[in-house]
Amino acid sequence: MIKLVGLITLFSLIGFLINGFFGKKLSKSLSGFIACSAILASFILSVVIFIEARHLPEHSQIVNLFSWISAGTLNIPFEFVVDPLSTWFLLIITGIGFLIHVYSTSYMHNDEGFSRFFTYLNLFVFFMLLLVLGNNFLIMFVGWEGVGLCSYLLIGFWFKNTEYNNAARKAFIMNRIGDLGFLLGILLIFVTFGSTSFDQVFSKAGTAEQGTITAIALLLFIGAMGKSAQIPLYTWLPDAMAGPTPVSALIHAATMVTAGIYMITRANVFYSISETASAVVAVVGVATALFAATIGLFQNDIKKILAYSTVSQLGLMFLGLGVGAYSSSVFHVTTHAFFKALLFLGAGSVIHAMGGEQDVRKMGGLKKALPITFITMLLGTIAISGVPGFSGFFSKDEILAHTYEHSPTLWFFGMLTSMLTAFYMFRLMFLTFWGGFRGTKEQHHHLHESPKAMTFPLIVLAILSVLGGVIGLPHFWGFHNFIGDHLEPLILRKNPSTLPHDTEWMLMGIASVAALAVIYVAYIIYRQRNIIPLNENDKMPALQKTIYHKYYVDEIYDAIVRKPLDAISTMFYKFVDKQIIDGIVEGVGSSVKGIGSVVRLAQQGDISFYIITMMLGVIGILLFTFLL
Amino acid sequence: MINGISINYYILLSAILFIIGSIGVMARRNSIIIFMCIELMLNAVNLLLVAFSTLHNDAKGQVFVFFIMAVAAAEVAVGLAILSMIYRNIKSIDTHLLSNLKN
Repeated sequence: MIKLVGLITLFSLIGFLINGFFGKKLSKSLSGFIACSAILASFILSVVIFIEARHLPEHSQIVNLFSWISAGTLNIPFEFVVDPLSTWFLLIITGIGFLIHVYSTSYMHNDEGFSRFFTYLNLFVFFMLLLVLGNNFLIMFVGWEGVGLCSYLLIGFWFKNTEYNNAARKAFIMNRIGDLGFLLGILLIFVTFGSTSFDQVFSKAGTAEQGTITAIALLLFIGAMGKSAQIPLYTWLPDAMAGPTPVSALIHAATMVTAGIYMITRANVFYSISETASAVVAVVGVATALFAATIGLFQNDIKKILAYSTVSQLGLMFLGLGVGAYSSSVFHVTTHAFFKALLFLGAGSVIHAMGGEQDVRKMGGLKKALPITFITMLLGTIAISGVPGFSGFFSKDEILAHTYEHSPTLWFFGMLTSMLTAFYMFRLMFLTFWGGFRGTKEQHHHLHESPKAMTFPLIVLAILSVLGGVIGLPHFWGFHNFIGDHLEPLILRKNPSTLPHDTEWMLMGIASVAALAVIYVAYIIYRQRNIIPLNENDKMPALQKTIYHKYYVDEIYDAIVRKPLDAISTMFYKFVDKQIIDGIVEGVGSSVKGIGSVVRLAQQGDISFYIITMMLGVIGILLFTFLL
Repeated sequence: MINGISINYYILLSAILFIIGSIGVMARRNSIIIFMCIELMLNAVNLLLVAFSTLHNDAKGQVFVFFIMAVAAAEVAVGLAILSMIYRNIKSIDTHLLSNLKN
């Protein structure tokens, strides 16, 4: 069956082609059915291959599909790699992808671009699968660019809204900056190792110079910064919430934004060799985590809160990668995919019920009207907050424990982030589901639970969010850490925990107490005192105002990047383009016109004059030839 | 020497005929005269070709002259047809009147 791994990508490609070419002629239910069944087929095959791949003697198998680029000594085959890491991501992508496809059939039902939506979604899954299956950096790059394209198309899905289009463009351009770093990294890899295939590159990594490896690792990390929304390239992700909510769940929470983590885990050999690059990854990760979490505290748009939470959680994953806890990061990717997809889909359900309203200040008391959404979202929130026993608790704790081992300072900031996470997530819950309804009467009248196609994925994801932790129960509890052992063959620098057991217990205890305490604080503020966040124009303390405006990062970028570029462009336009280039182009035209107006006088229609001129010309040529 | 006449005379005659022809083409306004002058120029060249052909005992030049004559005959047929069409249209064959392309 492993030989058939190409089929996994083929299914979604077929779905894309059918919906892309015939989508308008198909009925909505048929077009949704095709898209969903394509992903379901991929999922089933992924499960089979996952199980089979666990019994491979060499842990990985390369499936050669065809020769892709062959020119002289350059030979790049189109190969897929089946190993613990790629099959793990296959499960996440196709599994969560399928649930979100099902959800979308209902969420997008009244949209005129229904089949177009599924076309893009299937194409996205195709590229994402290419990204994780490719056995060399070039295929990964193709997938990388492809998911970026689909992200652009889906953020700007409602293209009649200029603001949404701008958000799409912002995402595209921000990603482009990161992609340049990634591309340079790939080129450097090719120059250094003469190949881009994972097996060849990683086996030779020890022979290269330390400096080169650091450069490669940092360039790859720049790519990851763009795709996985890390400082300084994170600002596109909150704006990307302009897309339909299922897109936010699938692309901007569960799968695409974790591509950076996949890539670094894949290339962990480089980061194990280069301490510098690892340190950069860890510091950028923790800075992003903390920074985004503080912004999340004062946001009022339900999707924006979740978006900043995603940025923050991704930062936490990079912290894990930076301290060498690769399998813990992948574990957190997995649990995060469960509960963040759940939270986004739940938010979508709320928005659906509220008739498009996204501002939590105008919600409140929705728990009676939307019982299933409420319970599932509550479970997701508990999971992300790190309440003991839920999936998020285990994955976050594993990252934090490894961080503590590495550096207690980083651990402190990581801990702070997870406390802030618990706070803003429960703030979101209290404001949305408890208290009195603050929307219009009409909205109150229309409140309804979402249809089954939407609640089914919520329930499945809620179960996964609660129980997802079992795949990575801590070693010191005496359990078998499934995901750690699963990924172990791929990790170069093994990182067994050397912490004494009582330290681990202590860290876990601190995390649990902190999470519960913070939740209680949120309860007091938003439930007992019923505080509703201020409006834009109300007076607020300076710090709060700064955070409310997202630290003015967009404005700063505007001032230091966009405005100078604008000024240079205007200068070039006015001087170089208008004066020099237009001068040359128009000069050619006007000189031809001027000469023509003089020469035209010779054209008088008298044949004998022409003949005389011709004769003189012939005589002139003859004289010229004979005399010179 | 051809039949006791120096080649120079042939060249001279041919040159005179050619110059008469070309002056006629340049100076006259009557299309038929111009046409005849063109024929004169052609035949000046023919004369030269035949003369040199005999001088060098090489038949190629004479063959070439036959071709020129045949083509000239065809050209006359076409040219005169054009002239008669021009006459039908403007009731004249004065080339100075044929200046519609001027502007």
